[in-house]
Amino acid sequence: MKNLRSGSLAKLWKTRRDSIISFAMVLIAYPVIQAMINSGSISRAIKGQLVPICVYIVMAVSLNLTVGILGELSLGHSGFMCVGAFSGVTTSILLTEAIPSEPLRLGISVVVAAAAAALTGVLVGLPVLRLRGDYLAIVTLAFCEIIKVLFQNFYLGVDENGLHFDIIKKNFELSESGKLIIDGPSGIPSGAMSGQRIATFGAGVLLVLFTLFVVLNLINSRHGRAIMAVRDNKIAADSIGISTTRFRLLAFVLSASLAGMAGALYGASQTVIEAKKYDFNLSILVLVFVVLGGLGNIWGSMLSATLLTLLPELLRGLNNYRMLIYAVLLILMMLFNNSELKITLGERLGGLKNRLTKKTAKAEGEVA
Amino acid sequence: MIENLISGISLGSVYAIIALGYTMVYGIAKMLNFAHGDVIMVGGYMSFCGTVYLGLNPWLGLLVAMGVCTVLGMTIERFAYKPLRSAPSLAVLITAIGVSYLLQNAAQLIWSPNPKSFTPIVTGNIKLGDVVLPKVALLTVGSCIAIMVALTLFTNKTKLGTAMRAVSEDKGAAQLMGINVNVTISTAFAIGSALAAVAGVLMLSAQPSLVPTTGSLPGIKAFTAAVLGGIGSIPGALLGGILLGVLENLSKASAVSQISDAIVFGVLILMLMVKPSGLLGKSIREKV
Repeated sequence: MKNLRSGSLAKLWKTRRDSIISFAMVLIAYPVIQAMINSGSISRAIKGQLVPICVYIVMAVSLNLTVGILGELSLGHSGFMCVGAFSGVTTSILLTEAIPSEPLRLGISVVVAAAAAALTGVLVGLPVLRLRGDYLAIVTLAFCEIIKVLFQNFYLGVDENGLHFDIIKKNFELSESGKLIIDGPSGIPSGAMSGQRIATFGAGVLLVLFTLFVVLNLINSRHGRAIMAVRDNKIAADSIGISTTRFRLLAFVLSASLAGMAGALYGASQTVIEAKKYDFNLSILVLVFVVLGGLGNIWGSMLSATLLTLLPELLRGLNNYRMLIYAVLLILMMLFNNSELKITLGERLGGLKNRLTKKTAKAEGEVA
Repeated sequence: MIENLISGISLGSVYAIIALGYTMVYGIAKMLNFAHGDVIMVGGYMSFCGTVYLGLNPWLGLLVAMGVCTVLGMTIERFAYKPLRSAPSLAVLITAIGVSYLLQNAAQLIWSPNPKSFTPIVTGNIKLGDVVLPKVALLTVGSCIAIMVALTLFTNKTKLGTAMRAVSEDKGAAQLMGINVNVTISTAFAIGSALAAVAGVLMLSAQPSLVPTTGSLPGIKAFTAAVLGGIGSIPGALLGGILLGVLENLSKASAVSQISDAIVFGVLILMLMVKPSGLLGKSIREKV
């Protein structure tokens, strides 16, 4: 009994510790980088990477929610980012005159993007989450491709008669004062993007903090434990009255909507927005961040997203080999994680899984 | 219209040959070999190197490609997938994606991302009345049927084929009966990869532009075909491939040509929702 109590205390300390590390990383890094920017000791190239780093951190943490916490491989995470980028920037363009304040406009566009991505998440998630494993992964990939193709054939314009949109073929004519916002394969062109590069490093850090707040609180809540119970054993979770569909959908939609927010922020730091950028490769890149940082480890995702985004900037010469190295790392990580060596190490550390299941069982026991 | 249909059937035959690789590996190793599409690409480059750099006859180039891909498939299985045989499927899938990425990026470093023009294995057309048929299309359909027949005979009549069916049904029981599971799985990868090389050469003979990502989209579509026909079933792969190829070509010829890929993937999603076991597949109940 005593052993068990110290076990759950250790577990509590571990979750606290993980949250503290995650928040501390951001809260320490932000003033340091800000001071470096002010003193001019940071190169232009790296300065340009600050917003993308925040974006990738949000992407990695939100994908970790699906892959690490929910335990389902989503290969379509970039699709939600795509939805976020298009809806966020479109909102920002439409509101340019109504809301001159840039931070406020960015805030609103991020919220709209989150809503649009969440809606897409529900539409994709409802059918997708009926499947498991390999099938689920390939269907998320299919949805991502569909989203990409649809945006590549989407036309949206605005004039004094209101919004006009068309799919596949542009059938509308805009009046002289009108503006074409989304132009099919060329996406949101640089003409429409002028004055929309409103993303700042501060906004990025705020979004990272918000993401951490949402994800870490979810993981340490009843809902989070239910999600992990579904991950570890769906049938067992079902049998103790956890609504598996509901909790899987919850995690999936939350993850999608955070990716949408990241997309809106990313869009606001770009000169053009093209759907083809948000393809399968981007999903894989984010997956590499998550796997290298450790499945289910939030601060690990943050760290690897930051380092791997900075690395090519620091090692220009290695750029050609970057993707090759990522691929090798991905394979080696998986082989190591499942090798004998790791398993013996894992036994010595007590096995996270055991403790997680114990905790879930206990939480459910209290209810009964 | 008829020409459209024929080119759809030819495209579908390529999908069917690729789908066989997915189906065999999925049936036996119970894993989605994500790198299968990139083996097609490697096959294409091997045949390209053979014909352009070594000056070989395209048919010899095809043999070279088949040989290299067979070895490649078995190597991938041995070093990347075999250590993960008892690992969760998530780990295997991520490894397979890693392998796919590795092949694509290695090809990009070796052959650069610029498209290479591929030497078609046969050229020219045959005229039947008003209908003009490319010889490649006939060759593709013909080899697809030949491969299907050969593979069906192999799995049903030979000892190794029977062993493969046994392993796909119950790995543990097959092992107890003295079947070498590792050899069987390795054979499945070897056959699948050799077929991928054939599919690659046939596909590139019809559309002779070779880039490092040549294989990824056909790979995913062929997987769609395998799912459509019922994964694990050889006639299913044929049926699924042809249906998908015809559908893709018809939608390409219609007003919605730009979104033909979306339509193909839509079929995959719909199929998995309505009948996940596919048209000709057996449904397996989830056991507690």
